[in-house]
Order: sequence, then structure tokens, then C-alpha cells
Amino acid sequence: MGFWKMFYKNKLALTGCGIVILLFVVSLLAPVLAPYDPGAIDLKNVLAPPSGEHWFGTDQLGRDVLSRMIWGARISLKVGFVATGLAILIGMILGAVAGFYGGWIDAVIMRFVDVMLCFPAFFLILAVIAFLEPSIWNIMIVIGLTGWMGVTRLVRADFVSLRERDFVRAARAIGANDARIIFMHILPNALASILVAATLGIAGAILTESALSFLGIGVQPPTPSWGNILTAGKDNIDIAWWLSLYPGLAILITVVGYNLLGEGIRDASDPRLKR
Amino acid sequence: MIKYLIKRAIFMIPLLLGITVICFFVMRLAPGSPTDLQTQMNPKASTEMKERLMSMYELDKPIHVQYWSWLKKLGRGDLGTSFSSDHRKVADKILERLPITIIINFLSLIIIIAVAVPIGVLSAVHQDSLFDKVTAVLVFIGFAVPTFWLALLMMIFFGIHLGWLPISGLRSLNYEYLSVWGQLADLVKHLILPVFISAFGGLAGLSRYMRANMLEVIRQDYILTARAKGLSERQVIYKHALRNALLPAITILGLSIPGLIGGSVIFETIFAIPGMGQLFYLSVMARDYPTVMGILLIGAILTLVGNLIADLSYALADPRIRIS
Repeated sequence: MGFWKMFYKNKLALTGCGIVILLFVVSLLAPVLAPYDPGAIDLKNVLAPPSGEHWFGTDQLGRDVLSRMIWGARISLKVGFVATGLAILIGMILGAVAGFYGGWIDAVIMRFVDVMLCFPAFFLILAVIAFLEPSIWNIMIVIGLTGWMGVTRLVRADFVSLRERDFVRAARAIGANDARIIFMHILPNALASILVAATLGIAGAILTESALSFLGIGVQPPTPSWGNILTAGKDNIDIAWWLSLYPGLAILITVVGYNLLGEGIRDASDPRLKR
Repeated sequence: MIKYLIKRAIFMIPLLLGITVICFFVMRLAPGSPTDLQTQMNPKASTEMKERLMSMYELDKPIHVQYWSWLKKLGRGDLGTSFSSDHRKVADKILERLPITIIINFLSLIIIIAVAVPIGVLSAVHQDSLFDKVTAVLVFIGFAVPTFWLALLMMIFFGIHLGWLPISGLRSLNYEYLSVWGQLADLVKHLILPVFISAFGGLAGLSRYMRANMLEVIRQDYILTARAKGLSERQVIYKHALRNALLPAITILGLSIPGLIGGSVIFETIFAIPGMGQLFYLSVMARDYPTVMGILLIGAILTLVGNLIADLSYALADPRIRIS
């Protein structure tokens, strides 16, 4: 059975795909969809509970929570893609080089991976972010720079198993250089597992961003992000439950969506991996 | 055995050195300095005073000199003095908070094992049953729930709505006036939510892993043999299969230690628990370099020791593995 056929038959994967597409649409159409200006302060209507006018209530400055969440979807999408893209790029190159050349190059790179994996990752991210100016770009870069180790191991494993295959020898026999063999011949065979890692990585990056923003060192107010709305939720925990409930649900649904999609791609691309 | 331990310990040293080098350089290369926070707030602070602070903290020297002097101090077991206004020894600051973090993480590890192992085993033994399907959904959601959000919801529900549990700190205001048992009960009440939240993240991973292991083990020949010789299903599952399925899970537990320690930053900050995670958050915010370095080092050591213990217990539990 082909990839697409397998994928279409998997209802969970399609659900995940639907959630991800929905998020894209919401992010793209944020200016149209949001019922209010996400930055519009209304001091007469502070911490209003959910109602017909404000479906998800208002925050401590009277801003509409639903509108802020819709704009927040843009942030999490951006962070997820850029951070994961960076991690995949680094992991792919290091993993390919380590797996293809082996020997001391492999040893050095993989020991470096070991060192990076020894950190409690969240500690490291927190330390670096706090010493840089907290901004969305810095978050994306730091999450990317601390998230490439898994991809490196994955790609290396693929390269080690593929580099002795006949098609690689054939490519070498017709005079292809190393770069051509790595990127044109071996890498395409590893793409499926990279795609899975990327999809699951986006989910992880979105979770990390929201945690950082929640702690006040991620996306800075007044820019709305799901994490920093939750900070307001914590500050008003005894009076405004809606500030805590809805943004978290959005994070949960988003992460579930990407995870379902990622596992769907894995199951469809390699039926043997199906658990 | 002892030889193996020594060898592993020696291998840990370059790894730790690498970690400290990365941490040190990343931190110092970042723009801004700890003296900014102390001088910008104070209108009386002059440039001269700032320079004096810089030289007091040795921040005016080249970075490799700073690292070398930090390393030399470390060799004498000295983690340096905190930049914060209390000017206490970093080691003292960490040591008074470390036990709380370790106790909470230890309790949550016990909960993770006590809950995740039975769930994994039962859902494997009754594969595709209703129980298996329900837990599969729960596990999937468990992977996606932001723990800090779950903490907020539980604080709202159990702390504010029902009023059953306290939502911050480790002790009530009237702690001093309680009897010994009252104090203990008070502490337990304060610990329930943090320990649950800390355990939650690991539950999903381990139960899924246990299920996969168990599914693999019950298809092995020796399980068939056990059944063939007429053992009861109970004995087959809990004596023969479970033992073998537990082995790889030990490694996973060792590997989950960095995550647990990292997670303590979040739940200690949310629940205002005076542990190492909260100290880390506060030190990072105050740009207290020596304290941040000290905690990163301790975190890395705990991680490496956790991995070592995992490897050792693996070898002890599985006679096929001989360590040498």
C-alpha cells in the first residue's frame, strides 16, 4: 500500500492533519477572524467572565481573550516551525557527516551529542534565554540550538545503515563526490524519519515556548502568546479561571494535532514501525 | 565491579568539563552584565563604582582567565560566592535547597513507577481491550498536556474551588503551632499537588514504554514454555514476563532524570517551593553567574549519576549483562 493510501485510512492521522490545517488557517486569517483588536484595552470591562460579547472573557486590562488567543496561534506556529527547522538543519548535517564518514569525526560529534544530552535541557534553555534579551527570535534560536541531538542520532543511524548499500557504491563508481552522495543519494532515503522527527519536534517547541512565556522570559507582552495569557491566569488565579483554562486547551489541542500527524506519517511511511 | 565504577567515574570527568565550558562561555558571551542590574537601579552608582564591582567579581578579566579561576576554585570544592546581595557561598545556598528538590523528584519517581508499570502491563496483557484503548488515549493526551497548565487547573479546582489543598509554599502560616503529626500532615498536604504535577510528565512515557516491552516479551519462546509446562496465567505474567519487561524500563527511568530536574524549575516556581529549581529561576533572573553555574553543574552531575545507577541496576537485574 502506498504512503497516501495508508495515511488516508488512518483516521487519527487525518484528525491531526485537520487540526494542523485549521491552525494554519486561523493564523493566516487572524486579522479577519479576531472579533476584537488583541491590544485594545477596555478598563471598564476588566476580567469579565465569558459572555456573548467576549466568548472567552477578558483579561486584567479588559482585552478580549479569544482575539488574543487567535493572534497567539501565529506566534506558536512561527516558533514551532523556525525552532524545529533550525534543529532539523543542524541535526541533519551533523548526523549525515557523522554517519557517512565514521571514525574520529563520528566519535567527536557523538560525544558532543552526549554532552548536550547531559543537561537538563530546560535548565539550559532558561539560562541562555534569560541572559539574552527575551524576544521571539531568541527563543526560536535557543529552542532550535538545544533540540537537534535527537535528529542527529536518528540521521546518523540511517546513514550508518545505508552507506554500504549498493546504490551508494554505484553512485561512487560513476564519480559522484561525497556531498552529492550525502545529499542526493542517501539523505532522500532518510527523509521519512526526519519528517516524523520534525512534526513531533514542532509540538515540543510549542510546549517549550509556552512554558518560557509563562515564566515571563518568552514572548513579551503586549504581544499575545498562549503562554503569557496563562501568566495572567496565574496572577488572577482566584478570580479568573477562564484566563487559565482556554489558552492551555489551545496548546493541548495543537500539540495533540502535531503528534497525531507525526505518528500518522511514521505509520504510513514504514508499516513495520507500527506499534 | 569496583574497577568498572572507577572507569565510569573517570569517563564522567571530561563530560562534566565539557558541560562547564559550554555553560560558562554561553553565559558570559551573552550581552549585559550582572552589574547592570545593581547599578542601573541605583541613581547614585557611578561608572567608577561599576568598575569596582566588575573587578570584585573578576568580570573585567578575559573570559578564559575567569573560567580557569572558576575551575581552580572548583578543584578545591569551592563553587564561589553568590553575586546576590546576601553574598553567601553558592554551595551553601544550593545545599540547603537541594534536599527539597530531591525528595519531591524521588516521590514522583516512586509514583511514576507505581502507576505506570501496572498500567503498561495491564494494557499489554489485555491488548485492544477497552482498558487498553482508554489508557492509550490518556497516554496520548498526557504527552501533550503542558504541565504548568495542569498545575494551574489543579490549583483552581482543588485549592480555590474546593479549598482542599494549599496552593503555595511548603508550610502553613500556623505550622509552628501544630503538633508533630499536624506538621507532618501539613507538609503532606502541601506536597500532594507538586508531586503529582512532577510525576505527571513521566507517567505517559513510562506506561507506553512498559506496554511495548510487555507486548514484545509475551511473544517470546520462554513465555510459551512457561505456559506449556502448565503454570498459571498469573505466574506466567507476573513472574516470568514482568521481570523481563521491567529491565529496559530501568534505563528509561535513568534517562528521565534530566527531564525531572528541568521540570522542577516550573513546578517549584508555580507552587513557590523553596527548592533548587526556584533558586535557579531566581538566580537566572538576577544574573547571578556563580549560582547558575553551580546549579547547572549539580544538575549535570545528578544526571550522570542517574545514568550510572540505571546502567548498574540494569546489570544487576539481568544476569546476561556482565559489566567489566
